[in-house]
Amino acid sequence: MAENLTPAIPHDEIERNFREIAPALTDAEALFEANRCVYCYDAPCTHACPTHIDVPAFIKKIASGNLVGSARVIFDANPIGATCARVCPVEALCEGACVEKTLMNKPIEIGRLQRYATDFAMSTGREVLKAGEPNGRSVGVVGSGPAGLSCATYLARLGYAVTVYERRPLPGGLDTYGMAEYKMTQRVSTEEVRMVERLGVQFRLGTEVGRDISVEELESAHDGVFLGVGLGETGRLRIPGEELEGVYDALYVIERIKSRRWETVPIGRAVAVIGAGNTAIDAVTQARRLGAERVILVYRRGPSEMPAYEYEYTLAKQDAVEFLWQTAPVEIIGTDGRVSGLRCVRTEPGEPDASGRATVRPVDGTEFDIKVDTVIKATGQQKMREFFASIPGVELDPAGRVMVDPQMRTGNPKFFAGGDCVNGGREAVDASQMGKLAAQGIHLALAGERVEFAGARVPLHEDTQNLKAH
Amino acid sequence: MADLSVDFAGIKSPNPFWLASAPPTNMGSMVERAFDAGWGGAVWKTLGEPIRNVCSRLASVDYGPNRMMGLNNIELITDRPLDVNLREIREVKRKYPKHAVVVSLMVESRREAWHEIVKRAEDTGCDGFELNFGCPHGMSERGMGAAMGQVPDYTCMVTEWVKEAATLPVIVKLTPNVTSINPPARAAVRGGADALSLINTINSVMGVNLDTLVPHPNVGGMAAHGGYCGPAVKPIALNMVSELARDPEVTVPISGIGGISTWRDAAEFLALGASTVQVCTAVMHYGYRIVEDMVDGLTNYLDEKGFRSVGELVGASAPRVTDWGNLDLNYKTVARIDHAKCIQCNLCHVACEDGAHQCIPLVRLEAGRFPVVDEHECVGCNLCYLVCPVPGCISMVRLDDGSQPLTWRELTSRQPQTMTAD
Repeated sequence: MAENLTPAIPHDEIERNFREIAPALTDAEALFEANRCVYCYDAPCTHACPTHIDVPAFIKKIASGNLVGSARVIFDANPIGATCARVCPVEALCEGACVEKTLMNKPIEIGRLQRYATDFAMSTGREVLKAGEPNGRSVGVVGSGPAGLSCATYLARLGYAVTVYERRPLPGGLDTYGMAEYKMTQRVSTEEVRMVERLGVQFRLGTEVGRDISVEELESAHDGVFLGVGLGETGRLRIPGEELEGVYDALYVIERIKSRRWETVPIGRAVAVIGAGNTAIDAVTQARRLGAERVILVYRRGPSEMPAYEYEYTLAKQDAVEFLWQTAPVEIIGTDGRVSGLRCVRTEPGEPDASGRATVRPVDGTEFDIKVDTVIKATGQQKMREFFASIPGVELDPAGRVMVDPQMRTGNPKFFAGGDCVNGGREAVDASQMGKLAAQGIHLALAGERVEFAGARVPLHEDTQNLKAH
Repeated sequence: MADLSVDFAGIKSPNPFWLASAPPTNMGSMVERAFDAGWGGAVWKTLGEPIRNVCSRLASVDYGPNRMMGLNNIELITDRPLDVNLREIREVKRKYPKHAVVVSLMVESRREAWHEIVKRAEDTGCDGFELNFGCPHGMSERGMGAAMGQVPDYTCMVTEWVKEAATLPVIVKLTPNVTSINPPARAAVRGGADALSLINTINSVMGVNLDTLVPHPNVGGMAAHGGYCGPAVKPIALNMVSELARDPEVTVPISGIGGISTWRDAAEFLALGASTVQVCTAVMHYGYRIVEDMVDGLTNYLDEKGFRSVGELVGASAPRVTDWGNLDLNYKTVARIDHAKCIQCNLCHVACEDGAHQCIPLVRLEAGRFPVVDEHECVGCNLCYLVCPVPGCISMVRLDDGSQPLTWRELTSRQPQTMTAD
């Protein structure tokens, strides 16, 4: 498709643009930064991490030169610790809670230190986690994204025979196909998957449940099943022109970028991105890095309501992206079957909806056209309602999210679930935590034993005390 | 502006900052550069019979990212010909008549040997001598250095020999590798020493290379103990200086040595009774230039505090050092935590819980879970105040319950049975 969409800038410039935004720490940097850590007790960073990694512990191990021990602390609580080191919104999580941020507005670079320790373990091939003694039970994991990898890891550690079913050719889910390339390359994700493989987990790639293997087959092959299937495609805009050539799902564009074959990425010279979430930011910043001369983010609400993290917004501003706030697309204009423009209308806040958030209504007579050759939809992924309808007993809430109990068990006792399909779409680290909780739930259901993995809950050092009475 | 000049047992110097006898005073060109940088005096690297050194010689202890908290040296006295050193000492003194040039000496324990080297050194026009009775490695195995300083009778005897021949002031440099610093110091004074300097370096093994399992510094796969110095030894040196400053038998001036890196360190030595200070490790780390801030900082401090000269600071804190038995048992402080400044690292909590007296629980307050001091249980130990990373967050507050001061000595003299309690 789109043979006329050759990149506007040379390949070596694109390569430069896609250099890592947070490069690896040198040994000297890591040692200095690790020593800067105050080594808090009952640390706020650990509280803030959804997988509750014992952050001060792994940082002090870097300082003491015990890198394999450091990596073990990380992977023990988060099997995708190398991915999270690069893609986590640390500003909103661990680093946002760091006391050094409170004290000096210079949080410890927890993400980069985590990368330093995990890089060491992965590049030296050191054994960090061990598979358990085979317990004779088998679990199928559907989806090899953050939730599935995490669940598979913990189950393997408990001795389960685990098979992961992945519809794509490469494992890793969004870790492999959905992360902004300047944050993380595919290789990190696939190497992290290799660590899971070394625990004995089987990966059946290119295998889609419902197409290549039926739900019934899955159910009969395993004692339990974990569903970590994530979300589906980006929803339709429901405006005329959506079928024109030059209209893409943001996830598709990002997936093309992940191949690093820049000429296959369908980015034109003038790009409109619809939506203002973190995926929309990934789309606009990468469109700029690919050489698009004009990149416009179109959002029907104002900047204070944009779902993207503040630092992501800052990144987009630094990349000279334009923002059209209080603007909704009404029609994609085409010329000879190709996108040639986007018709928009100004919006204003309307009555609050049931959740209290203001609705958006178009302002009559404010239509205007912008000249673009590419339109990227980043308005949020759809739920996989059809897929879940194929599994008896699995129930969805009104928003389409799989309903689970605290053990991550669905309405069908043999099926557990976690990740985006349960929480509606959050961070990789949130999915990883759910995979951990599901492994505990599966083990309780199949073996009747209650286990608790590192960071399964906020570590309670002791209950809050009262002043002693005198 | 405060007067920094000093007259140390008759040795005059534009300021109290001297270079210690060590690698930075190895030769004339070095001492000249040091004087140009602002050093007031220099104690020449110890002269003696020719020696041979080994390779390697130095090792250090780092603290986190900070290099050389402590340094260790197994280098011996000068390895240059005596004639060359004497010629250069003469030249330096001629070029820098107002600076203190002190010659460190160490020869075998023969009266004639000491007489001879003293006479040859006096001939250079130097300002005084420092007897190296402290070198803890190598030389001590040959009956010199610390072998002299560790036996008070020898200390006294050799000092007497030197005084028989010397017309210039004689400083005796003491080794800290003794159980008590007072006997060798008194022996030196008995022998006629005009001044004391301390501390020399401390016996040390700096660590082990965990790949080769050879301790540092590695000399062909073997190691020997060396002399420990640098910031880490300062508290040990301060103690020994203050012990001598309050010893009535020690009637001579003291030159303080041991981990001095800044004007603050120097001021502390002066306050505890030293009237000059000697520096080595900090110069080996950063160069002669560090003296500029030492002079500047000390001047500003003296001016700010109303001291007209260095001499007014010397010994100002010495009367504040006493025996434990003279401390007031009724003096009471408690820790107070300013929650507006608290960053909730909880280090005070865990330190008190595991290392002190379990009186800083984490308490759920409106703004979150905060460490709170239980003042009834707090013994005022300072630990929380020491570990807190936030300036001004924890303060130690005096609690005055009106009780009269009472020392252990007073208590046990009134109630002798207290001595046998517990």
